[in-house]
Parts: sequence; C-alpha cells; structure tokens
Amino acid sequence: MFDYDKWQEIFGTIRKNKLRTFLTIIGIGWGIFMIIILIGLGNGFQKGVTKGFGNWATNSGFVWGQRTTISYAGFQPGRSIDFDNSDTELLLSRVREIRYLAPRNRLGGWRGGNNAVRGDKTGAFTIVGDYPEFNKINVQNLKKGRFINQNDINGYRKVAVIGKNVVDLLFDEDEDPIGEYITIKKVNFQVVGLVEPVRNDGGEEDLNNIHVPFSTFQRAFGYGERVGWYAFAAYEHFNVSEVQAKMLTLLKEKNRINPLDEDAIGYFNLQEEFEEISGLFTGLKLFTWFVGLSTLFAGIIGVSNIMLIIVKERTKEIGIRKSLGATPLSIVSLILQESVFLSIVGGYIALIIGLLLLDLLSNLIPDDSIILNPAVSPGIALGSLVLLVIGGMIAGILPAQKAASISPIEAIRQEN
Amino acid sequence: MEPSSMINLKQIQKSYPVGNQSLHVLKGIDMEVGKGELVSIMGSSGSGKSTLLNIIGILDGYDSGDYHLAGTLIKNLSEKRAAHYRNKFLGFVFQSFNLLNFKNAMENVALPLYYQKVSRKKRNSIALEYLDRVGLKEWAEHLPSELSGGQKQRIAIARALISDPKVILADEPTGALDSSTSKEVMEIFKEVNKLGKTVIIVTHEHDIAEGTDRIIMLKDGIILDRNFQLAS
Repeated sequence: MFDYDKWQEIFGTIRKNKLRTFLTIIGIGWGIFMIIILIGLGNGFQKGVTKGFGNWATNSGFVWGQRTTISYAGFQPGRSIDFDNSDTELLLSRVREIRYLAPRNRLGGWRGGNNAVRGDKTGAFTIVGDYPEFNKINVQNLKKGRFINQNDINGYRKVAVIGKNVVDLLFDEDEDPIGEYITIKKVNFQVVGLVEPVRNDGGEEDLNNIHVPFSTFQRAFGYGERVGWYAFAAYEHFNVSEVQAKMLTLLKEKNRINPLDEDAIGYFNLQEEFEEISGLFTGLKLFTWFVGLSTLFAGIIGVSNIMLIIVKERTKEIGIRKSLGATPLSIVSLILQESVFLSIVGGYIALIIGLLLLDLLSNLIPDDSIILNPAVSPGIALGSLVLLVIGGMIAGILPAQKAASISPIEAIRQEN
Repeated sequence: MEPSSMINLKQIQKSYPVGNQSLHVLKGIDMEVGKGELVSIMGSSGSGKSTLLNIIGILDGYDSGDYHLAGTLIKNLSEKRAAHYRNKFLGFVFQSFNLLNFKNAMENVALPLYYQKVSRKKRNSIALEYLDRVGLKEWAEHLPSELSGGQKQRIAIARALISDPKVILADEPTGALDSSTSKEVMEIFKEVNKLGKTVIIVTHEHDIAEGTDRIIMLKDGIILDRNFQLAS
C-alpha cells in the first residue's frame, strides 16, 4: 500500500539529515557490497579451478599396469603388468557400476620422434588408440567432423581424429584436413575429425593428439591384444573409489597379483580430487558468507542506532501524533518503514555497484587466470535484497518499540 | 452523574514515583464539567493542573477513582483504545502549538483524520473547510515556519476541531502569544463553545480565565473552588 503521508515523513527526515542518511546507507551498503564481491570472486575462483578439470567427467578414473612388488603364486616381484583385451571383457562383464570403459593405447608422446607424415611435412605426435566411449568420459571439443565410432572399431578402419597442432603442422592454412590422408608408421589414415582442447591453458599435450580406432591401433602398430590403460566413468550414484577398488581386485586376481600389492596397478580418480576441491570451496563459501553477513550485521546495527537517534529526536512529534490519536501500531510501522527503506536504498545501490565492479573485473581478468568470470547468480542478488528487507526490519524493531512506548504526555511537556 | 455531564471525575488520585518516594499529585479530585460548558482550570505551578489535564485528555492514567468521559468509563485502557478515544472524543490545543514542521497548514489540520483512515483527498478538503473557519484558508499551503504565533494557534485549533470531538482541551493556549493575539484566540474558543463543544482551558492568565463560564481553582492536588471568582 502506498501511504503518501508516511513517505512524506520519511523523505522529510532524510532531507533534514542528509549526511546522517548517507552514512547509514553506506553502513548497510558496505555489507551487501562485501557479500556480492566476495561471493562473486569466490565463484570466479571456483570456475577458474574447476575449469582445470576440463571436460573430464568428475566421476571418472584411470587404471594402468605397473610392476609387482610382492611375489605371488610363484612369480617373482618386479614382473611388468600389461592388460589386454581379456581384461577389458572381464571388467565389462563383472563390474556393472562402470558406465563407460575406454581402453587406451598410446604411441609417441613426450620427446618422441617424428611419427606422422603427410607429403613432405612431418611431425612428432601422440597417437592414441581410442574407443568411442572415451568421448563420453572426456567430452572432446569437436571442431569439425566426428569422433571415433563403433563402426570404426568393428571394421578396423584407418581413420584419425586430429588435434590442432597436427593440423597446423601437416596442413597448409587454407587446406581442409577432413578427408585427407596422413601416414602414421607407414599406415595411411583418413582424417575424419578435428578436436580442440576445452581448456585454453595446460591442454598443450591434447593439441598433439591423433586419435585412431583402438582396434586399428592394436592391429596396425603390432600391439596384439595389449591395452595400455583404462579410462572409466561410473554411473552417477556410485562412488568412484569403490568402483575402482572393485576393478583393482578383479584385475589383480586375473593377473595373479598379490592382493596386498598396492603398486602393481596404478590408479587415479578425479572424484576424490574433485571432492577435495569442492570441500575447499564449501569452506570458502561458508567463510565468505560469514564475513559478508557479519559486515551486513554491523550495518544493521548502524541503521538501528541511527533510527534510535531519529526516534529520540522525534519524541515530541511522536507524542503529538499520539495525542491526536495515533495508535502504537501506526508509529511502529512508520519507523519500520523508514528503516527498511534506508536499508533497501543503501543495499540496492551497493548491489548495483558490486555487480558492475564484478562485471568490470570479469572483463579485465584474462581468460587463463585462476579467477574466471567472477559473478553472482541472479538468485544471490535477489536473495540479498530479501536479506536487506529482513535486515531493515531487524534494525527497526528496537527503535520502533521505543517509539511506540513514547508517552503522549511528551506532546505537552515543554522543552525549555 | 447527570445526563448532561461531559466530564465526571470521582475521587481521582494520582502519584508519581520520585526516587524511592512517591509524590502525591492529585489527592482526590471530584469534578464535573457539563456538556457545552466553557471552563478554565487555574492553579499555581505544582498545584496538579497539568496532571489533571493529562488525565482528562487520556494522555495519562490515574491510580484510583473513576473518570467518565461522555458517559464512558475511562479506566485501564489499552494503548490502542486510548488512542481511539483521544482521536474521537478529544481535541488538543497546546501552548507551543505542536504543529509538525514538515507538513503544511492543511496537512497539519488533516492529521487526526489520517488516523481515522480518511482518504487523503477527502481529509484535505475537510481540512480546508476548517482552515476557512479560523480564517486561514489562504495559508493552507504554508509551512508552520512561515506563520505567526497567532496563525499557528488558529491552525492548531482547526486541527483540534476537525475530528468533531466532544471536548476541546487547551493547555495554556495563549502562553506563547501577545495579548491582542490572545484575545483573538480566546474569541475563537468562545465561538467553538457556542457551537456546543465543551471547552476546558488550563491557564494562569486572569484575562483568559475571566472569559470562561467558570473557573476551577486547584491547589496542592485538591480543588479549592469549583466556581472561583476573580477579584476584580
């Protein structure tokens, strides 16, 4: 309800006490400003860090063979563990929690020699044998064409999906690599897709990747049945570490590894790391809210103080109103309304300034920074306004009660 | 209590705590003001006349006795109820006018109607009528700071009248005015009285008291005389 008289009074007091109103507004505004900035930066930090995970599913992990360290079933320690296709079948048939399993093999890589040729151009790249499932576990940023599919696997097709560096090194700028052939270890592969890393930073090695069908890889490069390592993703509601443990148990049993041998099979999963970082951010958020709300609370106390002074100054006026028939409730609502109004104005201005500042920061911060796109969700912005209304109410309660308890005799009392 | 009685006080007692002591201000007041009377209350400082006015005006409570206002017992009222009676039955005129300085004359006069939830438009037009009655219609848009003392008091009287109360209570209404302005204000009170309103004026000025129908003289918390004659 729009009550002209109440607003007239509120603006009357504000006009009379510009500096005081200004300081009050700053008090409460600072709280909201802090909340917005801290949460915005926190969000940006989280975005920046989680971006490091790229497009890896956070419920994914890796398993690879190493060397045994404990003798078992007549085998001496130090035996090299290599997985093969039968391990893949075992895992697929026995571990139902696995949603995607991507056996992988790799050729070349770090400090490797030249391994791919096209005409007179040549380069050293990382050749990986992949299943289509890999694209589910680590979603590839396909720039053009397609990723490896099941038909490629079944038909041992000689096709390749290549990274950006491969394109740059083996093709001229105006050439379209799709449909062209590259030669890897004397085997010709037709390019069917181009991928770019999801991340702008740290994804350097992905630029050098040449993905070929896993089956083709084994056959063309003499890998027989061998599997270099497994990438896998669990179904959503399963704990990756538990799934991983189940896989390890099966693989150890099949490959005759002492169950106590912790080093025979290497493993790593993103969920644990992700959860650790998530925990860190939960802590950071709690801290942010704690600091922000404390500041806001200080602002509320400030408003409350100012309102108490206002009530004191208006003692006579409130007495006059009461002598004219003002009910305690009407006085309470007058003070509360002013308090909420001051809080909202201060908070709203601070909210806008905070959002603008975040926007500015977002534009200034380079894309590869640890803080990425600091921003707050509209929900947080809206929520902070609700917080302000509640804050204003809390700030007004004490002064309003004080005002309501002013005796109408004050109207008669002479000030001199 | 006769039907024509507007204000009826029976054995009203009132004490204020002063430190550990109790200050007995009203020591059993019996008083009656009839409907349509114009009465003044006199008494030296400390005689209890202000306290008496507060009680009559429902600005303050009393310890014992009975107070009937227009036949209604005014006792142990809730704040809300008291506010309602003040608004409906009583109109106040104060020594220092007590106008709200950020509201113009018209808005000041209209204020009691605001607390009766009368719409803004309606109460402002009623306020203009009352301003006209006290001869200040042209000053409706002026703030109190732009008006003389006499004008302010006339506006205060208009404000007291606007809710059509049964009783007008005036506390030293001419205390801040010069003698010629005082006379003008007194004339207005007389006119108001002629319209049938009961008027009670607390004053220490003989000139003012003389203009009333009856003078109630208070001393040390009791009524010395219900029909005091001023020595001329």
